[in-house]
Amino acid sequence: MSKHHVSATINGEPMEFLCEPQQTLLDVLRDELLLTGSKEGCSSGDCGACSVIVDGRLVCSCLMLGVEANGRLIQTIEGLAEGDKLHPVQQKFLEHAALQCGFCTPGLIVAAKALIDENPDPTEEEARYWLAGNLCRCTGYDKVIRAVLDAAAEMRAEAAQ
Amino acid sequence: MSYLTKEELKIVGSRPIRPDGVDKVTGRASFGADLSMPGMIWGKVKRSPHAHARILSINTEKAAALPGVKAIITRADFPDVPPEKAYIGEAPANLRDLSRNCMAKGKALYEGHAVAAVAAVSPAVAERALDLIEVEYEVLPHVMDVEAAMASDAPLLHDDVFTVGVDPKPQKPSNIAKVVRFAKGDIEAGFAEAEVVIERRYTTKPVHQAYIEPHACVVAVAADGQCTIWSSSQGQFMVRGYTSRIVGADIADIRAIPAEIGGGFGGKTIVYLEPLAYMLSKKSGRPVKMVMSREEVFRASGPTSGGVIEVKLGAKRDGTLVATQVVLKYQAGAFPGSPVNQGSMCAFAAYDVPNVLVTGYDVVCNRPKVAAYRAPGSPIAAFGVESCMDELARELKLDPLALRAKNAAKDGTKAAHGPTWANIGYINTVEAARQTEHYKTPLGPNQGRGVASGFWFNAGGESSAAVHVNEDGTVTVTEGHPDIGGSRASMAMMVAEVLGVPYDRVRPVVGDTTAIGFSAVTGGSRVTFAGGMAVTRATERVVDELKKRAAITWDISPEAVEWKEGQAFPAGPNAGSFEPLSLGDLAAKAAKTGGPISAEVQLNAQGAGPGFATHICDVEIDRETGFVKILRYTAVQDVGRAIHPAYVEGQMQGGVAQGVGWALNEEYIYDQNGRLENPGFLDYRVPVASDMPMIETVMVEVPNPRHPFGARGVGEVPIVPPMATVANAIADAIGIRLRDLPMSPPRLLAALDPEPIRAAAE
Amino acid sequence: MPTLSYAAPTSIDEAVGILAGSKGLAKVLSGGTDLLVQLRSGRTRPELIVDTKRIPGIIGIREENGGFVIGAATPGAVLSDHEALVAAYPGVVEGVDLIGSTQIQGRASLAGNLCNASPAADSVPAMIASRAIAVIAGPEGRREAPVETIVTGPGQTSLKKGEFIVEFRLPKPKPRQSDAYLRFIPRTEMDIAVVGCGVNVTLDEGGACTDARVSLGAVAPTPLVVEEAAQALIGHKLDEATLARLDAAARRACKPINDKRGTIEFRVKVAGVLARRVAAIAFERAAARA
Repeated sequence: MSKHHVSATINGEPMEFLCEPQQTLLDVLRDELLLTGSKEGCSSGDCGACSVIVDGRLVCSCLMLGVEANGRLIQTIEGLAEGDKLHPVQQKFLEHAALQCGFCTPGLIVAAKALIDENPDPTEEEARYWLAGNLCRCTGYDKVIRAVLDAAAEMRAEAAQ
Repeated sequence: MSYLTKEELKIVGSRPIRPDGVDKVTGRASFGADLSMPGMIWGKVKRSPHAHARILSINTEKAAALPGVKAIITRADFPDVPPEKAYIGEAPANLRDLSRNCMAKGKALYEGHAVAAVAAVSPAVAERALDLIEVEYEVLPHVMDVEAAMASDAPLLHDDVFTVGVDPKPQKPSNIAKVVRFAKGDIEAGFAEAEVVIERRYTTKPVHQAYIEPHACVVAVAADGQCTIWSSSQGQFMVRGYTSRIVGADIADIRAIPAEIGGGFGGKTIVYLEPLAYMLSKKSGRPVKMVMSREEVFRASGPTSGGVIEVKLGAKRDGTLVATQVVLKYQAGAFPGSPVNQGSMCAFAAYDVPNVLVTGYDVVCNRPKVAAYRAPGSPIAAFGVESCMDELARELKLDPLALRAKNAAKDGTKAAHGPTWANIGYINTVEAARQTEHYKTPLGPNQGRGVASGFWFNAGGESSAAVHVNEDGTVTVTEGHPDIGGSRASMAMMVAEVLGVPYDRVRPVVGDTTAIGFSAVTGGSRVTFAGGMAVTRATERVVDELKKRAAITWDISPEAVEWKEGQAFPAGPNAGSFEPLSLGDLAAKAAKTGGPISAEVQLNAQGAGPGFATHICDVEIDRETGFVKILRYTAVQDVGRAIHPAYVEGQMQGGVAQGVGWALNEEYIYDQNGRLENPGFLDYRVPVASDMPMIETVMVEVPNPRHPFGARGVGEVPIVPPMATVANAIADAIGIRLRDLPMSPPRLLAALDPEPIRAAAE
Repeated sequence: MPTLSYAAPTSIDEAVGILAGSKGLAKVLSGGTDLLVQLRSGRTRPELIVDTKRIPGIIGIREENGGFVIGAATPGAVLSDHEALVAAYPGVVEGVDLIGSTQIQGRASLAGNLCNASPAADSVPAMIASRAIAVIAGPEGRREAPVETIVTGPGQTSLKKGEFIVEFRLPKPKPRQSDAYLRFIPRTEMDIAVVGCGVNVTLDEGGACTDARVSLGAVAPTPLVVEEAAQALIGHKLDEATLARLDAAARRACKPINDKRGTIEFRVKVAGVLARRVAAIAFERAAARA
């Protein structure tokens, strides 16, 4: 099985890697590029722990092949903070205690960021439906939703300045 | 020392950001599957496709010949382990059974049972090697359900299991592994006195803890037998202990490092992969990484039991319970050890009843061996008992909370399983529930409200902690408990409180098995209690040492030194007039005054405070489809003392969501061959964000005087009431009582509209 | 797993050539949200994956003579963002919108959802009801086929070797014509439809139905066109009697199975319930479109 050479921009950095056709983008991120922030919870697109943003769209990286990443712009959890400055969603997750074990957290944060980028003023219901593809077994979602809505509010306030 | 007076506390009770938080929100935190070691290869497991089969032969030749395969193991590679009980995990485990669960011996006892394993240079090669392993099975009849397994002609799983708890000792082996019995008073006399008797039967299905992180480990065994295990688990000492017994290695040769853990809920208080990875690493001479797929998690790791709960309640017309009885039948999966014992003890724990009889059956069947799941055994019993209490309340036309208040266990009540309650807050939760705005809010059409209560013992047990004052006056506290819910923040808070220093000057570390003394699992709602006790005592010793160092510096007696707000002071004017010495000052001088300033405490904590909860739920039913919408949920719980309130709330909310899933949609669905049809999150339906409303929490604090800060365990009680709470709400909404879980739409619709569909021609 | 190869042709002809010439099993990759799951579980073991997303025009929506041409590999999220499409075919879009999660929406395509040929596919009943046409490229050139002719059984399509769908065409909607789609699932999201129903209706100025198409999903081996249900609507306003006839017709059309998602009883009853509810929404939308 010969490997494919793939070039993609990941978190703003041009990267190249080799991968076999059956490797998913998640496999590549974790095992080839050692970006282990995206998690494998199910490998069937049902849990969202592997969520990344590709060309501006929220997707499950376990449902994309590594070869499909060629030429694409990819954002993972590792790209959200700027140095030691956390993204507002990350900060609010901490303030609201919106994580317990933390395993679903990277996927949830990426998905929440995508939500707010698309809809800066989501209602509770809109946030819950948008995030339905991110399973969390620890929190019961309450503090997660509060953190997301609070982050959206803060980002709207910043944008207004 | 006791810090029970809340008003004086500066840090405990506040909501600081957890110390591992930034790592977790940036993806830097390392979980079980996130570690790579140089030279690492990949392990995969071959699993039985049959629910019950004799393993006639295993031929690994073709697999061994595949390029890239570095090791293959079967049962033959493992020593035989005697059936001794080990008290390493959450509940006593039979080591021999655990060993055979990790790698089948002689028989495959469930679909998914491991029969061989392979390590190879890539996951793809390992998968191909699995396909090349040839296993010959003799398929045997299987039995899946608890009452079918109890029948005398049921297919027998073990020919060496004789029912324990039956007198005289049986001659024939059985699938009934154990019968337990708890009695109080005279049950027959009790029922004779009753003016109303309700007798009902309830059933639940097995459900999985459904942690989002599959089991994962990396194990490296060197040629001299020294071994490093990196795994996510609820206890690195448990991992070390079980692995050492199963593979036959000395405990001192194993260093078990706790990765961050992506959920456990009891399901990671045992091992599945570590012993296999150990053997593969030993044979191949390479570190071996093993990660379960989601499908493997469902097929092969332990869910909790499903069960039958037969409840009989006898009461006076005014609601006073005079006799309560329950028969619990729990299926244990392939090896004995369902939580029927715990379920039996919890069933009527909330009530003060003079005559009680509880009988519990532990029954094996051809399903994965059950593992602990959050208050193991209690939610199943509570579903039956709390639903039946609701049926009794309706029969007597009493408010369900009033019925519970009337019969509430209080300080001094003797429980059916032995202990006399002291410092419990059950009635407080009932009263608080009645006072909530939720309970008074009117309902609309097709809406209903249910309440239910629950209990869990909470555990004490062994914990160790070390507190080190660093040279710059910051503090490191090393403890032995994997942090599954934010506990390390609470540890740091308790240390900071006792020392009187800011929270961010204290850094908690979860140490591996070489870095800290023995600590029992993170489970049983014990970490804040027992771990907290250990860190508090260790900190108190450090404070004593700091006083001594100040005394040396001032050349006075240590009794003349006081420690307050992070500083040493002379205790009174007679002691002398000296400027206070801060933690930083004393740390800088440590070498001159006697050496490093540290203390380590090991203890076996006693006096864990029992936990009680009362929940309220509003539902809305779509009568044409049976769809249940959870409109509103309030969880009231006695939490003792909330060290970090946000994490206590989080435990309550998480337990509620799991209970709602258990109530409405979660179940294992098997085909007639005993093969699991829904081994994934698509058809194993856990609640998603849009399924749940905000979950209101009311924390009642009846401090536990046995803990320095009054803490009691909080993590498990919240999952005990929800199924009955929801069932009672549904009954209130549609006037129909569902007694079998899950209460999924097809079952509701069948109850609402029992009319059969007519044949095609009208 | 046999050795897997991957190709990303940049033209329709190239894709046809690769598919037609493949020796072993070749699978088309659009969004991948079904294919990758099946690859991982071993349910499908192809030798070749043909990624169509580099073909110009295969992703995108354009309006043509008041109707719409939708590239076969267009992700669902792109459909949901297209205002004109949402206004003209809200039912089609809501069907696509219900497939999986937001993440699935970022990739899943109409062609993939259709050709995966699950009886429960969410985008299919509304597409059928709205008379969507699949445009197919193959070794013998192009052809067009109504969407309801594509799925022939669970996991099976009428596409021949070398053929794949390049785009879908939706006709220009008439005045007072609109559609709707509803499904029943046990949770609020993330489930496969236990029953799905798509309805497209055209009304006269008085609100009576002059044309209708009703399609049911997840109640038979393939998505169904329910002629009897359409007939129950045509010539009538949506009154109690019409709703009752519609319900009965929907029930009669079902040939469901008992499985891990629902019982026969449940599916039949809920098919009737959904048909009524979807029709009500479609009528209301149609009346609002002058």
